[in-house]
Amino acid sequence: MHKSIDQINERIRDGTARVVTAEEMPAIVAELGEFGALKEVDVVTTGTFGAMCSSGAFLNFGHAEPPIRMERIWLNNVEAYGGLAAVDTYIGATQQSDTLEEQYGGAHVIEDLVAGKSVELRASSRGTDCYPRRTITTDLLLEHFNQAIMCNPRNAYQRYNAATNSTDRVLHTYMGVLLPNCGNVTYSGAGVLNPLSNDPKLRLIGSGVPIFLCGALGMVVGEGTQHSPAGGFGTLMVTGDLKEMSQDYLRAATMTGYGVTLYVGLGIPLPVLDLDVVRATAVRDEDIPVDLLDYGVPSRSRPAIRKVSYAELRSGAVEMNGEEVRTSSLSSFRKARQVAGELKHWVETGKMQLTLPTRLIDSKKPVKPMHQSVKGPRVLDIMDRQVASIGEDEEITTAAKKLLKGETNHLPVINSDNILVGIVTTFDISKAVANPGKAHLVKDIMKKKVITTTPDEAVDIAVQKLEKYNISALPVVDGGHHVIAMLTAINLGKLFGGRWLK
Amino acid sequence: MKLLVTFSRKKGSKPIIAQVVRDTGVLINVERAIIDSSEGEALIDVPDDQCQLVRDTMISLGATVHLLEHGISVNESECIDCGACISICPREVFSLDADFKLKVAEEKCVLCGKCIEACPQQALMLPL
Repeated sequence: MHKSIDQINERIRDGTARVVTAEEMPAIVAELGEFGALKEVDVVTTGTFGAMCSSGAFLNFGHAEPPIRMERIWLNNVEAYGGLAAVDTYIGATQQSDTLEEQYGGAHVIEDLVAGKSVELRASSRGTDCYPRRTITTDLLLEHFNQAIMCNPRNAYQRYNAATNSTDRVLHTYMGVLLPNCGNVTYSGAGVLNPLSNDPKLRLIGSGVPIFLCGALGMVVGEGTQHSPAGGFGTLMVTGDLKEMSQDYLRAATMTGYGVTLYVGLGIPLPVLDLDVVRATAVRDEDIPVDLLDYGVPSRSRPAIRKVSYAELRSGAVEMNGEEVRTSSLSSFRKARQVAGELKHWVETGKMQLTLPTRLIDSKKPVKPMHQSVKGPRVLDIMDRQVASIGEDEEITTAAKKLLKGETNHLPVINSDNILVGIVTTFDISKAVANPGKAHLVKDIMKKKVITTTPDEAVDIAVQKLEKYNISALPVVDGGHHVIAMLTAINLGKLFGGRWLK
Repeated sequence: MKLLVTFSRKKGSKPIIAQVVRDTGVLINVERAIIDSSEGEALIDVPDDQCQLVRDTMISLGATVHLLEHGISVNESECIDCGACISICPREVFSLDADFKLKVAEEKCVLCGKCIEACPQQALMLPL
């Protein structure tokens, strides 16, 4: 059995179409069977409401008198793109205010406009024969724009990896606040309600397909940036009219210590054409696995601790290393339900009819990492290979002499197997000399917890360690934890010698 | 009931909380305390019927006492019921109900404020 899109639209027009949400679908399929569900259900609505950083809007201001060709543009002190001819701009959600920084950004400008608030435009120009004006300042409401078109390059991720943090510090990430020692897990995504998870083969979702976007009738443009359906991480580029949007489904947000983002409510209606659609839309939270990644590792490839399903994540806790760790969702499942529910209402009342893609989206391609023709500096490029170290059983006075002779402030401490076991600084020695007590040996006064780096580590990561731990030197160790060099703040000066910074 | 006690340590460092426990016999539960060389602030929990006694004794010893009737407050128009606060809270104040709406067990809150920065919508505020 097969239903055509025309048959389904005819039922929508008649008001007889049976529309259900993707959350209701698994139970219907379980009850009626796949064939029964195909007969019964015409449309399945999906919905998601979460942080979608790669969002923004094209705005057209109309011409001023005398006219200006705007080159640098700010809206409420948030810079917008000025490379789109005279009176157009693109305001990106994550761009931060020049004055309020992460407390206000492009997402807030967009939300303020949708909420009916006025926004101050400031722009400047060199002035040309055809556009003589050089500056302009004016307060604008959404109704004053000729066009205000949301166009989001990467929305509606099919799923997203969950996050935890194995380090001993609190991390502030786009996955929210991550407590030390894997103290919590954060995740994002609507799981059972997610649009792409209900059409993983991308048979129904493609260019031209009508969608719910922040309360407006929007449309899929095509594949989103970073689209990676091969690994289950498809994305969509979407568009919709800002003037039809509602604050109920569009919210600016700040991830403390990370920056500004936009919460977008997005839903897609899926026509139930055949058994394949029934099977795809019968997906449940427990069928959608994601990796639980350690965000304590500052690398593109973060290690996966284990696989978890949305069902486990939504249960409130997941098991990690034999312990129950509490979870936090960053996206709102309640709002995702509202999106799918509102969209269901739209289809039931005929406000939205369905179409098939005018162009299909690739359902197999993987995303590639950045091609880097120039590798950034690594620790081995600037480290100091001359290392003065000291044995843990040496006298403190010997350490003092070594520090003086080596003109250094840091002495790595090694054991009889030449393995790094501690570090002493001029401060530690001075303290021991100023307060003579029982301590005579290096091992009595050394710091045993040593922050280290490796030759292959990127200098940026090493610098982050120096900053985070408020220290000025890192022993460089090999795989056997032998000290092979030192990286000090002085070595960083080499970066400014012109070799790496052109 | 929860009391926020602040005291100065300039005139010697009187063990105010210990003294109150001894004088009144009320077992005080210290839920949170920050005490440094010059001043101290402690959030204490005391049985309702002995609250006035503890409060008066603390004040007579030179402390300033505020009765905390409210825990963390949620701005309903900003909250989107995501649940980012849930795993951050050390006292399990937050949870989602059956409809995935945020539920706040205000009485468990010790006003540590850790959830405030975890909220993407800036919907959480401390009272006072």
